[in-house]
Amino acid sequence: MNAFHLKIVTPDGLVYDGDALSLTVRTTAGDVGILAGHLDLVSALGMGRATVVTESGTRYAACIGGMLSVKKDLVTLVATTFEWADQIDAQRAQASLDRAQKVLHNKDATQAELRLAEARLKRALVRQSVAGGGK
Amino acid sequence: MAGVSTKDIKQRIRSMESTRQITRAMEMVASSKLRRAQERINDSRPYFEILYSTIARIAATKTDFTSPYLTRREGNKVLCIAIAGDRGLAGGYNSNVFKLVTQELSGKDFQVLPIGKKSVEYFKAHGVPILTEQYAEAADISISDCFTLSKQLAKDYLAGKFDQVYVAFTNFISVLSQSPAMLPLLPLSLTQTKRAETEPGALYEPDPQSVFDAIIPEYLGGVVYGALCESVASELAARRTAMDAATKNADEMIENLNLQFNRARQGAITQEITEIVAGA
Repeated sequence: MNAFHLKIVTPDGLVYDGDALSLTVRTTAGDVGILAGHLDLVSALGMGRATVVTESGTRYAACIGGMLSVKKDLVTLVATTFEWADQIDAQRAQASLDRAQKVLHNKDATQAELRLAEARLKRALVRQSVAGGGK
Repeated sequence: MAGVSTKDIKQRIRSMESTRQITRAMEMVASSKLRRAQERINDSRPYFEILYSTIARIAATKTDFTSPYLTRREGNKVLCIAIAGDRGLAGGYNSNVFKLVTQELSGKDFQVLPIGKKSVEYFKAHGVPILTEQYAEAADISISDCFTLSKQLAKDYLAGKFDQVYVAFTNFISVLSQSPAMLPLLPLSLTQTKRAETEPGALYEPDPQSVFDAIIPEYLGGVVYGALCESVASELAARRTAMDAATKNADEMIENLNLQFNRARQGAITQEITEIVAGA
C-alpha cells in the first residue's frame, strides 16, 4: 500500500507528523477514509473515532472538531481535540459524563447550560468509546 | 549628616532590602513561568499557521459563494476583545493595551469583552459597556473556553448584534520587547493569495459553504487562543523586565543609603573626638 504524509496538529502542538497508509475520520458529513492519492479535499470534522494506519500498526484516537485538508498527498488534520486511545483519561471522561447528565436531568437548566452539557456529554461518550473499544 | 540620624537611615535600608527581596522573587517567578508560556506559544503555532493557510486557500479558490463572515456590513457596532493581565506590576503591559483600544475606537459605538481582571476593572471604571465578565481570569482560560467564546461570538455576529469584531492583545516579539496590537477578526479579511498558486478542483465535503461556515468559529477560537498565549507570555516578560529594573533600582538606593549611613557614622565619631579634644 502506498503511504502518504500525514500531519496532525492541535492547539497543544504537533501530535503526529509522518507517513501513514490510511486515515479514517468522522466529518460533519459522515466517516471519510483517506488513502494515498486521494483527490484534494477539505472537510469539517465532527466528533468521533479516528483511525490511523501506519506501517507499524493501527492506532485509534478521539478526534473532535476542526478540519481535514488533503492536498497532493499531504494530509493535514487540524483538530481541536485529538487524543490517542491510550492517552485518554477515562476517569475524567466518566466524571465529565456524570456532570453533564446531572445538568441534563435538571429541569431548571437554561438553554445555554443544556447546550453545553449536551456537547460535554457527546465529547465524553466519544472519549469513552475510543478508550474502551479501540485497544 | 545634618538632620538625618543613623537610626533613620538604618531603618530605610532595612525597608529597601525587604522591597528588593519581593521584587527579586517576583522576577524569578515571572521568568520561570515565562519559559512555560513561551513553550505554549511554540506548540500552538503550527496549528494556527495551517488553519490560516487552509482558510485562505478556500477563500481564494472559491469565489462563487458568499459567506456572511466575509461580507462587510454597513453598521458601526464594534466589539473588541481586550486581553490584559490579572495583576499589575508589569510595567506598561496593561495600560498599553487599554491605550490602544481607547485610541483606535474612540468615537465609535463599541463594547468590550474583557479578558483579565485588570481589563474588567479598567473598562468598568471608564463606563464602557461590557458584553460579559465571564472571562475575567486570563490565567484560567483554557482552549475550550476560547472555543465556547468564539462560537457565541460567531452566533452573535450572525444575529447582527455587532458588525465588526476586533481583538486587542500584546504581541510577544521577544523577552525584551512586546507591543500591543489590534487585529480585525470579523468580517474576515484574508490576504488573498495569488490565484495561480491555488489549483481548482478540490473536493469540499459536504459543500464549500458549509465547510467554510463550520471552520470559521474554530478559526476564531484559534485566533483568540493564540492572542491569549501571546498576551500571557508578554505579561510575564513585561513583569520580569519591570521587576528586574525595580531590583536594580533598589540595589542602587541601598548603596547610596549605605554611603550616607557610613558618612553619618563617621561624622558622629569625628564630632565626638572633637568634643573630647576640646574638653581636655
